[in-house]
Amino acid sequence: MAHSAAESAGHPSVHASPAVAYEAAKLGIWAFLATEVLLFGGLFTTYIVFRLKFPEMFHRDYLHLDRVLGAANTVVLIASSLTVALAIASIRKGEQRLLKLFLSLTIFLAGVFLVIKYFEWTEKFAHGLFPGTDIFFSLYFMMTGLHGLHVAGGIAVLGAMLFLAGRGRFSESYNTPVEISGLYWHFVDLVWIYLFPLFYLIG
Amino acid sequence: MALPENGRSRGYLAARGFRSWALTLDHKRIGALYLYTTLFFFLLGGIFGLLIRIKLMYPGQAIFSNQTYNVLFTLHGSMMIFLFIIPGIPSGLGNFFIPLLIGARDVAFPRLNLASYWIFVAGILVILGSLIRPMDTGWTFYTPYSAKTGANIALLSFGIFLVGMSSILTGLNFIVTVHKLRAPGMTWHRMPLFIWGMYATSIIQVLATPVVGITFLLLAMERVFGIGFFDPAKGGDPLLFQHFFWFYSHPVVYVMILPAMGVISEVIPVFSRKPIFGYKAIAYSSLAIAFIGFLVWGHHMFVSGMSKTASIIFSFLTFFVAVPTSVKVFNWIATMYKGSITFESPMLYALTFISLFIIGGLTGMFLGALATDVHVHDTYFIVAHFHYTMMGGTVMGLLAGLHYWWPKMTGRMLSEKTARWGWLLTFIGFNLTFLVQFYLGFKGMPRRWAEYPPQYQTLNIVSTVGSWILAGGILVMFSNFIRGLFRGDPAPANPWKGLTLEWQTSSPPPEENFGTVPVVTDWPYGYVKRKPAGDG
Ligand code: HEM
Ligand SMILES: [Cu+2]
Repeated sequence: MAHSAAESAGHPSVHASPAVAYEAAKLGIWAFLATEVLLFGGLFTTYIVFRLKFPEMFHRDYLHLDRVLGAANTVVLIASSLTVALAIASIRKGEQRLLKLFLSLTIFLAGVFLVIKYFEWTEKFAHGLFPGTDIFFSLYFMMTGLHGLHVAGGIAVLGAMLFLAGRGRFSESYNTPVEISGLYWHFVDLVWIYLFPLFYLIG
Repeated sequence: MALPENGRSRGYLAARGFRSWALTLDHKRIGALYLYTTLFFFLLGGIFGLLIRIKLMYPGQAIFSNQTYNVLFTLHGSMMIFLFIIPGIPSGLGNFFIPLLIGARDVAFPRLNLASYWIFVAGILVILGSLIRPMDTGWTFYTPYSAKTGANIALLSFGIFLVGMSSILTGLNFIVTVHKLRAPGMTWHRMPLFIWGMYATSIIQVLATPVVGITFLLLAMERVFGIGFFDPAKGGDPLLFQHFFWFYSHPVVYVMILPAMGVISEVIPVFSRKPIFGYKAIAYSSLAIAFIGFLVWGHHMFVSGMSKTASIIFSFLTFFVAVPTSVKVFNWIATMYKGSITFESPMLYALTFISLFIIGGLTGMFLGALATDVHVHDTYFIVAHFHYTMMGGTVMGLLAGLHYWWPKMTGRMLSEKTARWGWLLTFIGFNLTFLVQFYLGFKGMPRRWAEYPPQYQTLNIVSTVGSWILAGGILVMFSNFIRGLFRGDPAPANPWKGLTLEWQTSSPPPEENFGTVPVVTDWPYGYVKRKPAGDG
């Protein structure tokens, strides 16, 4: 295939220079994050509509949520945002070992988040609270569920970064993919920062 | 696609075999894949349209059941919208020509481009899979009916979600490509107008599609868990679905029309041999249309039970979209004024676009005005209106583009004579089919009904016969495409003597488009001052 040469190197001839490639990747991820904001935006709108319509239901159901687990997860995610930022800082200085360490830590924390979420959900199921119970719980499961899927996606992306880091793909001068993945992870964290008060704090 | 032989270069078509297409990173091949796929659904959806028309020729007779009728118009509408007209020009012609027109070697993210094609295909497969229990909701999927019908709406929603995701990724790729990969010297005001149209389109794709994504996820949840977000019996709100749906689906009509307008803006100056009139006005009106398009969704809900104030505001805003649209039409006509016009097939389609789109646009004003909308709402007037805008507009724009760029894409010429016959039949058939529907609608024939009172029959017969002439025209046209693919005369680099960059490389273009990246020193419409490049 005529493409194979260009392909193995990631079709590099598209971009005039690595600087252009970096700029393109940056613009691309920001545009992508804008679409993610809008995706969650639809759910936030639904939440507002029904909260205004059924204030009592929202208050009653809110009492069933476990604030301690929610807060624990918030701490876990914020910590993971820190570790991913440290991972980026490390590879900018060319520190391969620190990069791998911080990436692994981030993935670990993301895993912890999902485990806590798992216990939280099963506890709800045990009390007979399901997505079909009422509009509050369907929103709760849908929004935390969609966020959970994003966490899982983040684990996959960061896992890929860890794998590439293991092969020594990144350096001071080339670390765009790490940085892009880091931005995505900060976004996942940010969504949770909105979900947490919405469901667990305001009655 | 086929190939020039006799020692001429096959360009990007050199590699052969399944893998060379399925795994290609070349934007031109990916564009061609999209074209094949979407044109297939155009033909399939067209067959469903013909079936609907046959049923409507004989009221009161059981050609097929009313349930089958419901399924057919749903399949017709949704395939035409989601699988043909939304992805057609943007992903097909857009992929192929954006890099060529800005002097780039490829789009910014070739792998993402390939991924979005395969996500599109996956979405199609899921949608087709869901048809085991065919849907009968119409392409708008209004709740609460769509939450209750026997069809596989949850699966279908997932399919549409995938198709939407592919659309988002394509739009994102184009935005970055236009921002970062323009050839040296190509400032924003030297970009061809097709690029401006595609840029505005991509912004809409990126900003509107996520909302429809979440709407269909909510609908799927509603089906699976029986929640009642949209079900008034459970405290939900069916209007919420309509708001979400039209927040996407109104802007999306501009995803259909803006790229077509971009094509027209390329074709008109070339075949008038005059600089385009009002370049900046055309360019910025695309952005204006994209922006205002987000504010008018409520005009689809005048009779759905929205508040009066909301209706009046939406009606008022709707008229605003007409302004930038008319600016474009005015500028095209001014471009042709006193030009040396030639009527090759791309130009014939471009002129058809303008005339039919004007009819579609003017009747749109009837629908934007509250009083008249209440009268013609959900009648055949609507059917006529959107076929004039979508088929008379977008499809004619696509056909203009296909005839214009065919030599570039395939390295072969089409038969001009056959192309004109195809055009003539299509033009007559189209108007015969849809013009009478305005009258039918005004007289009160409802849309989406399998039956109607006998006094409407004569005009329905006219419409159905028209649809056969139309189908004949499209068959002639496609046979010309297929013949051109294998037997057409070899195409020169610049058969129409255009000044945009795609004509400065060979037909078909080589992989990576240009031997050396071109340096741009002027805008592409200076027909008086400069001589065109290439052999021709
Ligand atoms: C071969 C040419 C075509 C014919 C004969 C045709 C015929 C029809 C007819 C008779 C209906 C009305 C069904 C009803 O209200 O009961 C209809 C609806 C529709 N058509 Fe077409 N059509 C054609 C091409 C197209 C094209 C090219 C598009 C879009 C790109 C399109 C989009 C639609 C849509 C969106 C509906 C609405 C379906 C619904 O109500 O859910 N059609 N068509
Ligand atoms: Cu609209």
